[in-house]
Amino acid sequence: MYVFKKPNSLTDKPLHYCPGCTHGIIHRLVAEALDELGVEGKTIGVAPVGCAVMAYDYFACDMVEAAHGRAPAVATGLKRAMPDNVIFTYQGDGDLASIGMAETVHAATRNENITIIFVNNAIYGMTGGQMAPTSLPGQVTQTSPYGRDPKTQGLPIKVSEMLSTLDAPYYIERVAVNNVKNVKNAKKAILKAFRNQVEGKGFSLIEVVSTCPTNWGLTPQKALQWVDEKMIPYYPLGVYKDRSADEKGE
Amino acid sequence: MSKVLMKGNEAIAEAAIKAGCRHYFGYPITPQTEIAAYMAKRMPKIGGTFLQAESEISAINMVYGVAGAGFRVMTSSSSPGVSLKQEGISYIAGADLPALIVNVQRGGPGLGGIQPSQSDYFQATKGGGHGDYRLIVYAPASVQEMADYTIKAFDTADKYRMPVMLLADGTMGQMMEPVELPETTVQEIEKPWAVRGTQNKRKHNIINSLYLNPEELERTNIERFEKYKVIEENECLYEEFMMDDAEYCVVAFGIASRISKNAVIEARKQGVKVGLIRPITLWPFPNKVLKQTADKVKGFLSVELSMGQMIEDVRLATECKKPVKLCSRTGGMIPSPEQVLESIINLTKEAK
Amino acid sequence: MAKVTFNSDLCKGCSLCVEACPKKIIVLAKDKINAKGHSPAEITDQEKCIACAFCATMCPDCVITVEK
Repeated sequence: MYVFKKPNSLTDKPLHYCPGCTHGIIHRLVAEALDELGVEGKTIGVAPVGCAVMAYDYFACDMVEAAHGRAPAVATGLKRAMPDNVIFTYQGDGDLASIGMAETVHAATRNENITIIFVNNAIYGMTGGQMAPTSLPGQVTQTSPYGRDPKTQGLPIKVSEMLSTLDAPYYIERVAVNNVKNVKNAKKAILKAFRNQVEGKGFSLIEVVSTCPTNWGLTPQKALQWVDEKMIPYYPLGVYKDRSADEKGE
Repeated sequence: MSKVLMKGNEAIAEAAIKAGCRHYFGYPITPQTEIAAYMAKRMPKIGGTFLQAESEISAINMVYGVAGAGFRVMTSSSSPGVSLKQEGISYIAGADLPALIVNVQRGGPGLGGIQPSQSDYFQATKGGGHGDYRLIVYAPASVQEMADYTIKAFDTADKYRMPVMLLADGTMGQMMEPVELPETTVQEIEKPWAVRGTQNKRKHNIINSLYLNPEELERTNIERFEKYKVIEENECLYEEFMMDDAEYCVVAFGIASRISKNAVIEARKQGVKVGLIRPITLWPFPNKVLKQTADKVKGFLSVELSMGQMIEDVRLATECKKPVKLCSRTGGMIPSPEQVLESIINLTKEAK
Repeated sequence: MAKVTFNSDLCKGCSLCVEACPKKIIVLAKDKINAKGHSPAEITDQEKCIACAFCATMCPDCVITVEK
């Protein structure tokens, strides 16, 4: 009996991510959710621009490669045309929280019935490690070589907190994948986000605090520690919005 | 089939519905907002989508999504908004998706004005966005043609799997004329490339414009340009008016062609043998007929609502064999028939 | 009987599985290099495996299959 095997919703293509990059774990959790809900055949995923740009090769469902930041708009088009299909986007912090902020906020405020997997690793990975909207104060990157200076470069955007101030979105949770316990929680959150969509509840966004060992300049293990010590204190894990609670109250 | 009196913008919207378009994404901008308003009323009643996006950028990317799923889809805007859509149009072209983009032009550059213009000719016909690609560009000259070429645009977009533009202007969008809308039966063609879910029966489809391997990207571009050659052969449309014995040729499209026709008629009354060639597709441009005409006439007059953009294509098409003069107004101003007539008379003096 | 198998050619030698294993029975092979040029992870003592799948849970590359 299998205790653990690769989910069917992933292709056999080897991932191009750097050793120890937790994108791979998040891909797998999404695929496991599609498998468990039995929706792979009616799912269309939308890949971002960034490290996950080639996610279209890794998910076995139909895929669309969007322009930088536009995945929620592309997903909106897909969902409006095919309301019975399952539509998700997979986006990084530069894609979602910088160039694609308008698309994100407006998809949320329309309570668009889509699922967004938002991977926050506080850096632009694909282009070689530049400052992201989620880079921590003082964080050294290629474009903040003296550390992110709040005076000139501002402070990080806490996407889950910000979006949860909107009335419309259905479900927003922040999770991490830096240890077994957190991965299991992340899995539950991602599954819930897809189930919400299948049940027609509306917009669900799961922010996944992830790693970038290469551009953080840390070993994969140290990167996991850095998530614990630096990222999670700034980006507390938890459910930020859950309108199912309101529904029960009604 | 009876005629109804409609605004050009409304004719586009209703014709799109007749062509089977059930998905419209837009953002308000003068002078084309009637299209969005019309769609907002009609789409919910026929089970379609009307969505006012947060920006033109979002609207065109929603179009990209629906086009990827293989459904007929459109957006409309006016010049500044169409500039914002260029990113998405380039992706739609790069992913070989069919879609209709309507540009009801206003004066530019920048915020420009809200009066009619044809100064997006370069943007529409020379790419607009980044990369090697083309749009088929229809330039209607009446409300009837707004409807007819909207329908045709959806067909050619599907046939060639590419974005198609309807390039109108503020006058065309706002003017009211009788129009006959055909009862079309939409024949949806097979789109095996579309993303509608694998149903666990086939390998996944991918809608994409990324090719990291330069050989592959070059091959893709070359193949796309093979398709463009076929389009240049088969899809070029133009109208000839009083050209049989013409010694001078006016070239004008859209609203400028209507003004020019009056000027040509008036010039004929004065004994000037002048005719008009009206490009209906701006790309493909009617190069062949213009080249042939260059061997027959003494000179050309390009009449445009811009500082002179199409005139460059007229010179290229005619290989500069004969003088090509410009008659134009810009910034939202429209040349009068008298101005065009005067330019024709001047041409006869300069090109003997 | 727990059984862990590694699809070694996919392994990037990141060691996240090594850290995750509560029984400390996964190591990076000292004498092997896979197709990607990494020293792949392997199990030292199958007998001690409890099939908790922590290794597979933390593996970013779906290298590991766990059976019981």
